[in-house]
Amino acid sequence: MLEVEDLHAGYGLTRVLEGVSLSVGAGEIVAVLGSNGAGKTTLNMAISGLVKPRAGRVRFDGRDITGLSPPEVMAQGLIQVPEGRKIFPNLSVRENLELGSYRRAKPNRARNLERVFATFPRLRERVGQAAGTLSGGEQQMLAIGRGMMAEPRLLILDEPSLGLSPLLVEEMFALIRRLHADGLAVMLVEQNVAQSLEIASRAHVLENGRFALSGPAAQVAEDPELKRAYLGL
Amino acid sequence: MRSYPPEIVAEAVLNGLLTGAVYGLVALGLTLVYGVLHIINFAHGALLTLAMYGAFVAWSVFGLDPYVAILPLVPIFFALGYGVQRFVIGPASRGDDSNILLVTLGLSIVLENGLLAIFRSDTLSVQVPYAMEVVELGPMLLGFPRVVGFGVAFLVALVLFVVLGMTDTGRAIRAVAKERTGAALVGIDVRHVYAVTFGIGTACLAVAACLLLPFFYVNPRVGNAFVLVAFTIVVLGGMGSVPGALLGGLFIGVVESLSGLYFGESLGQIGIFLIFILVLLFRPTGLFGAKA
Repeated sequence: MLEVEDLHAGYGLTRVLEGVSLSVGAGEIVAVLGSNGAGKTTLNMAISGLVKPRAGRVRFDGRDITGLSPPEVMAQGLIQVPEGRKIFPNLSVRENLELGSYRRAKPNRARNLERVFATFPRLRERVGQAAGTLSGGEQQMLAIGRGMMAEPRLLILDEPSLGLSPLLVEEMFALIRRLHADGLAVMLVEQNVAQSLEIASRAHVLENGRFALSGPAAQVAEDPELKRAYLGL
Repeated sequence: MRSYPPEIVAEAVLNGLLTGAVYGLVALGLTLVYGVLHIINFAHGALLTLAMYGAFVAWSVFGLDPYVAILPLVPIFFALGYGVQRFVIGPASRGDDSNILLVTLGLSIVLENGLLAIFRSDTLSVQVPYAMEVVELGPMLLGFPRVVGFGVAFLVALVLFVVLGMTDTGRAIRAVAKERTGAALVGIDVRHVYAVTFGIGTACLAVAACLLLPFFYVNPRVGNAFVLVAFTIVVLGGMGSVPGALLGGLFIGVVESLSGLYFGESLGQIGIFLIFILVLLFRPTGLFGAKA
């Protein structure tokens, strides 16, 4: 579904990604792991169109989407739930969710809103509240719910467990598993190695802008190289 | 300081409120652009001047009453504002705030001197039959053009409030104001929203210009007087706050009117800037509790 080929990206004189290739198939969970500063978020931004790649190709469903703007990318059904949630703090929970279908799946807005509320009953309780007043976990639910409103065909989740309590982290991974069971393809970008490898079918470990390790998740989990690449030991 | 009978003071307060609503409308455009694009638009005054000349030409060449001229001028100025942001300010600034400052400043110089070249520095005004008419409210006499200005300014603010709160475009504008990246990721074209916001701000000026013209003159620098007051209002109401701009406008209108009554007409604006300095000293986030 998603194919990334030899992607290079950076900011100004800084080179962040130096040739990254990966693919996510239909209905698959692929984990991209790596420590802070390895280039995970830049990879997402380059795929979503927030950063223009310097070289390489991004294809979605066989269509070349390299260098398209974020609205053009998301219109294809490639939806990113960004790191730090990036919800609209001054808008209500309902308005945040409704804007999730600003460009895509607008005719199904009411039905998808019900679906999100069924998945996250907490959001229904807080529907009129300004999103900025939600707790961290609720904000993460809102960010994912907003992504679901666009009827994603592939969901990129950037650090969904960041800043959540251990209990909520469990809940988050259970949720990703459920979304996957419904047939959604997921690219999971995480620092949380153990749990990510548990639910992913394949995994890549990013180190200094390159994949230091790639393969089936079970195999990556056993690889002694993982600890070295991830902890920089 | 003299003391006046209460009905004179009440009349001054009411007239201040009426003028203040139009001030608020000018400030509304300024605060909206600031709140969403996070830039101070130094061309705001020149664009108001341009709109006042637009209304003047509509009257002198096409024989349109200034109030009727609102109908063609609003879409024209919306398109103008949209184009200026999309094709001049946006590309020229390359995302750098200090560049935007210079671009809008440059734009105001070009506009003012263009108007000076076309219309000369003469002060012009329109003659409308209702200019001197008054509305009697008990013992008080209120200028008819000011009453109309008050009503229309409130109507525009109400429409804006509904658009921002109830439509997808309005929600997109508010979303972009606080979270550009998140907005781009839900498929909002941020550059388009910037241009729409600038267009709305400029359209507000077109309405304000048509409301002012029946009781105010126009010359190539007239907008600056209003925008100086509008800056005060924007700070007073909290930068970026729409209801703050309107309330701030009313407040400033009353202050100007009362200080005109007590200190004399030519010193009317002293009160405004006295308040401005006090607010900056003691409530820098504005009187009406703007959220950070």
